[in-house]
Amino acid sequence: MHIVVCIKQVPETRNVEVCPETGVLLRDGVDSIMNPFDLYALEAALRLKEQYGGTVSVISMGPPQAQTVIREAYQMGADRGYLLSDRAFAGADTLATSYTLAQGIEKLDAYDVILCGLQTTDGDTAQVGPGIAEVLGIPHESNVSRVLGATADGLQVISDLGTMVYTKSIKFPCLVTLTKGVGEPRLLSFKLKQSTRDWPITTWSAADLDSAAQDFFGLSGSPTQVERIFPPTVSDSFETWEGSGLELSHKLVQKLQELRLVEGVERAQN
Amino acid sequence: MPYNKVTLEDVQKFRQICDSQRVLWKEAISPDYSHDELSLEQNPPEVVVLPNSTQEVSQILAYCSKRNIPVTPRGAGTGLCGGAVPLYGGVVLVTTEMNRILEIDQENLMAVVEPGVLLLELQNTVEELGLFYPPDPGEKTATIGGNVSTNAGGMRAIKYGVTRDFVLGLEAVLPDGRIIETGGKVYKNSSGYSLTDLLIGAEGTLAVITKIILRLLPKPSRQLSLVVPFDGLSPAVAAVPKILSAGEIPSALEFFQREVLEAAEKYLGRSFPHGEAPAYLMLTFWGTDAVELEKTYERVARVCLDNGAHDVLIAHTADRQEALWENRGAFLEALKGMGELDEVDVVVPPNQVAAFIEFTEELRVEYQLPILSFGHAGDGNLHIYLLRDKMEREAWLALTQQAMKEIYAHAKELQGLVSGEHGIGFAKKPYLEQALSPAVLELMRAIKLVFDPNQLMNPGKVC
Repeated sequence: MHIVVCIKQVPETRNVEVCPETGVLLRDGVDSIMNPFDLYALEAALRLKEQYGGTVSVISMGPPQAQTVIREAYQMGADRGYLLSDRAFAGADTLATSYTLAQGIEKLDAYDVILCGLQTTDGDTAQVGPGIAEVLGIPHESNVSRVLGATADGLQVISDLGTMVYTKSIKFPCLVTLTKGVGEPRLLSFKLKQSTRDWPITTWSAADLDSAAQDFFGLSGSPTQVERIFPPTVSDSFETWEGSGLELSHKLVQKLQELRLVEGVERAQN
Repeated sequence: MPYNKVTLEDVQKFRQICDSQRVLWKEAISPDYSHDELSLEQNPPEVVVLPNSTQEVSQILAYCSKRNIPVTPRGAGTGLCGGAVPLYGGVVLVTTEMNRILEIDQENLMAVVEPGVLLLELQNTVEELGLFYPPDPGEKTATIGGNVSTNAGGMRAIKYGVTRDFVLGLEAVLPDGRIIETGGKVYKNSSGYSLTDLLIGAEGTLAVITKIILRLLPKPSRQLSLVVPFDGLSPAVAAVPKILSAGEIPSALEFFQREVLEAAEKYLGRSFPHGEAPAYLMLTFWGTDAVELEKTYERVARVCLDNGAHDVLIAHTADRQEALWENRGAFLEALKGMGELDEVDVVVPPNQVAAFIEFTEELRVEYQLPILSFGHAGDGNLHIYLLRDKMEREAWLALTQQAMKEIYAHAKELQGLVSGEHGIGFAKKPYLEQALSPAVLELMRAIKLVFDPNQLMNPGKVC
């Protein structure tokens, strides 16, 4: 089985601050890490490889320093690494990113399944995984919380959409986006760190990809125009209510309805 | 001992000193005040008072002294040896209302806190300011007053030391109500006998601590943790001295068995990122320079591999490390979830840990008793738990007592001591008596009487 995992380097966000004027993440002094959701995708890939045999290739789009996350993937057990890196890819929205990654994946050996993290912690759109599948014209399933197993022609997965949990079969070649249900991702192995130290990382620039695709890369290939980035407003205002548990629960439901924060809840009966 | 019982009049007096909501009597007293977190004995107090100032503590103690009523100080009740159990009834004086962080002195790198401040709160508060308070006992909801009173150690002791090493001064109330200050906002002190050091670890038998001056350090900006799987506890702990001589002291160096880990996984509902080895070491390195930190851990990793480690697993992101250490922090709670248990907290010279662990493994076979252990491999402090499992209680108690005797005797042979960080309370008292020489015990008892001639402070504890 050839499993491709898409990974991204993101800022370690827990203490990141947003510039109040520009809305841009202040990245000074912030370390970069592998997108935490991608760890689940990689873990799922490595478990599939352990169970059914095969090869795990990781691919990333980013600046040269994104090699770090590919090295980390090697230290977890990935076999091959590819980096799409070119100034021409910069400023890409989710469409251009999906497109560029898809071009890179097309250059790899024939794949059975592409695994992505559900979303990134710096973009949070959850669009790139399904976007890649659409560009490649293959079936995809998002929000997968467990990979149950593989057969000769596809995967069985559990997809958790919040209100509904589906068990589905999906045919190769396909793309799946994963959430944390797949299990605790393994840590980096020092033994693998030693043995993969000299492993190459294949780096491709725009010129290495399909010449017909060039117009769809980076900022020029991005229909999304960002007007303004701003941190969400945080309100410090609060009300204090008193009463019995029952009264308070009615009041809470009423309030949530007033604020239109819940839908489909029966009117509270007093 | 001939103590007076608490009367309605006494309660009224306490209600004049504190407001009435902070004086609990009769059915208002929760059964929680009868026991601590682990010890098998319990006894209810006659009255519970929750003073919120030094003045109130002083008035309560002066009154109890006049009335000959015993006083048992108590923090959050997270102790494990019965230190907070009021063996003779009387007053339980709870410090949790005195929970203000009075000052974080960033110029002098010190904090001044009341005893009821929780460890967790102190750690978070100073870390937000780029500082840190190194002592790191697993129980984060303990009070600082409790930590000081037991001289709690924790996971970073190997590199930074224990609570005692971070207490610069104290304010305390003597049993007769007099308020004293010991030490101060000074790093050095050669000014007579160190009363600060006597009050630290005294478990409330000498005075009630009402204010604590703590030393802080600048927080290192980088942290990296290693998980090192081994074939068993013996090879794991045997590797420790070699790790320590590799040149860099880790800020934590813990060992544990897979069984303990499995209990924690069940308790937390989250799996550990590695589960196939019978035993593990877990280490943390702190630093400010990424390249230096990498060199350090790689050196240690090679030592581990040369000494039987299956591999060395690296956690470098804050999230992953927090999850790992959360597992470690949950060990005790997880074991408690498995049923009744008793614990040993012995400390032996670091190079005897391996021998001691082998001995407990033998005991486990000999006694057919579930004995699980984890602890601070680097500093020689072991936590050994004897679980009842499905055994009949009386039989288990008898067996446990016998096993305990052997454990403490063996610790003494290896030049170890009864308690590394949990304290003596009353649960360990017989073992302390056996471990110390008559002259030392005599001195301890004499010191007690100088502070507390009427033996009103936490009677029946320590020595």
